[in-house]
Amino acid sequence: MSWLQKLLPPKIKRESGRKSIPEGLWVKCPACEAVLYNSDLEGNLNVCPKCNHHQRLRARARLDMLLDPEGRFEIGAEVVPVDPLKFKDSKRYTDRLAAAFEDTGEADALVVMQGAIQTVPCVIACFEFDFMGGSMGSVVGERFVRGVKAAIEQNMSFICISATGGARMQEGLFSLMQMAKTTAALTQLAQRRLPYLSVLTDPTMGGVSASFAFMGDVVIAEPGALVGFAGPRVIEQTVREKLPEGFQRSEFLLEKGAVDMIVDRRDMRSKLSALMTLLLRQAPAHT
Amino acid sequence: MKATFLDFEQPIADLETKIEELRFVQDDSAVDISEEIARLETKSQALTKDIYAKLTPWQSALVARHPQRPYTLDYIEHMFTDFEEMHGDRAFADDHAIVGGMARFNGQACMVIGHQKGRDTREKILRNFGMPRPEGYRKALRLMRLAEKFGMPVFTFIDTPGAYPGIDAEERGQSEAIGHNLYVMAELKVPIIATVIGEGGSGGALAIAVADSVFMMQYATYSVISPEGCASILWKSADKAGEAAEIMGITASRLKSLGLIDRIVSEPLGGAHRDHRAAAQSLKRALQDALRQCADLSPGDLVEKRFDRLMGYGKFKEQQVA
Repeated sequence: MSWLQKLLPPKIKRESGRKSIPEGLWVKCPACEAVLYNSDLEGNLNVCPKCNHHQRLRARARLDMLLDPEGRFEIGAEVVPVDPLKFKDSKRYTDRLAAAFEDTGEADALVVMQGAIQTVPCVIACFEFDFMGGSMGSVVGERFVRGVKAAIEQNMSFICISATGGARMQEGLFSLMQMAKTTAALTQLAQRRLPYLSVLTDPTMGGVSASFAFMGDVVIAEPGALVGFAGPRVIEQTVREKLPEGFQRSEFLLEKGAVDMIVDRRDMRSKLSALMTLLLRQAPAHT
Repeated sequence: MKATFLDFEQPIADLETKIEELRFVQDDSAVDISEEIARLETKSQALTKDIYAKLTPWQSALVARHPQRPYTLDYIEHMFTDFEEMHGDRAFADDHAIVGGMARFNGQACMVIGHQKGRDTREKILRNFGMPRPEGYRKALRLMRLAEKFGMPVFTFIDTPGAYPGIDAEERGQSEAIGHNLYVMAELKVPIIATVIGEGGSGGALAIAVADSVFMMQYATYSVISPEGCASILWKSADKAGEAAEIMGITASRLKSLGLIDRIVSEPLGGAHRDHRAAAQSLKRALQDALRQCADLSPGDLVEKRFDRLMGYGKFKEQQVA
């Protein structure tokens, strides 16, 4: 014990120790810095009740929010990753996969489910950003394609919710080819006049942005999402100037004519259902 | 044209300098040293062969970016006749980083499209170092549609560091432009034959490379991200590009063994930049074969075959779901 600690009265010493607060009870909104109850935030679909900032949402939570509870099932879960290049930087790719599985409980970065939104049947593919930045490798590509095939077989719409940094480096050119593969699958959906809705959430970048993300019959963005081909840092280094305010955000994309609409997450379910029935020339779903 | 040597070619460069000096001396010398020159030339060739037989992936990338490497317009000049260059996307501008137009291939009308880099500083800037903006991809798309309308096969030549990462490119929808090309190329009803002649840089390369046959020149590279980009993400330092090139698998031989490309087109000794004409002749033979393979297919069969090929990309395993 140092001389200073000996000098301090016992009461002050005790107060220097932290009182324990249960982990994760409070969260701070990264946009407006409001301190929120975690349960309030989750109850509001991870949208800040104070400033409307749309925080990221895990894939399964999003599917839960969008799909009717009855009659949903997963597609393509049997497809799991391998390491075709024996890729190793500071860590092995297989170790990164294992760690991502540990963290997320997912085998890869895309979860596909068949179900219905307000009774309108559809297949939804949803990116899990927490799995290696939602990057697209062979499994993401294959699950996407199986989802599209299922939609064709069942004669229903296909929806993709993107949240991704782009193609997955660790699978090299196999990842790049997934851009061609996924996009090609959509041509068959189109031949059968089945709707494809693309929802861009924060972030949708690189190889996903530059393949199927903008090919939607309707392209929807969530408020404030970062969407673009090249990352802002890369662009800044290339052009050596400061990027304009709000660059590559949904509102910027809407202004430039790149997306059809910006939809608040809390309205997404009804919006998707409304769009599907319009495209299919059906009566609106009863809600 | 004086040859430019890469760092790893220094021993060849030294020999060539020596040969050059001897030739200079010979001109005004009474002694015949032609035998000595011939000996050194043989040695230089053997050395070149030796060095090029053992290129690392990174060295391959340097050859692919060689300042004297043949570009799309060079290949067009040597392989096609009656080239009619066409310009513009009809919406915004003409992008000089992508060239295209109609031409004849052994007399047959066809469409050629390719990335174009610049040779000198002024042209490099004009061509934006071979990095297209959305209008470049939209020009390519327009030309492909035109080819489809008139039943012409499409030849594409890939040589880009990547699509341009600029503010204007983003504003005009770089992502949409690339994605749209992938979509249309998947169902285009005429043969598409793509060759990576230099750098195959990521989505910016793929945007004109969805094809029935995909070839690579021997020392070309094709990758999901540049080695520098990969290194700066994984090691936070672009200096590790050599290691990144190694692990990513970017060379023609590696990609051929992975089943991602169809054919490696051999280059003249010491790389395509040593002899543009010979490189073009080698490629022309490969293109003729590819065209012959598509010749008997109906448009429907062609598209179906291409579709199956695209669906086959990817390595994964299937397991029982609990």
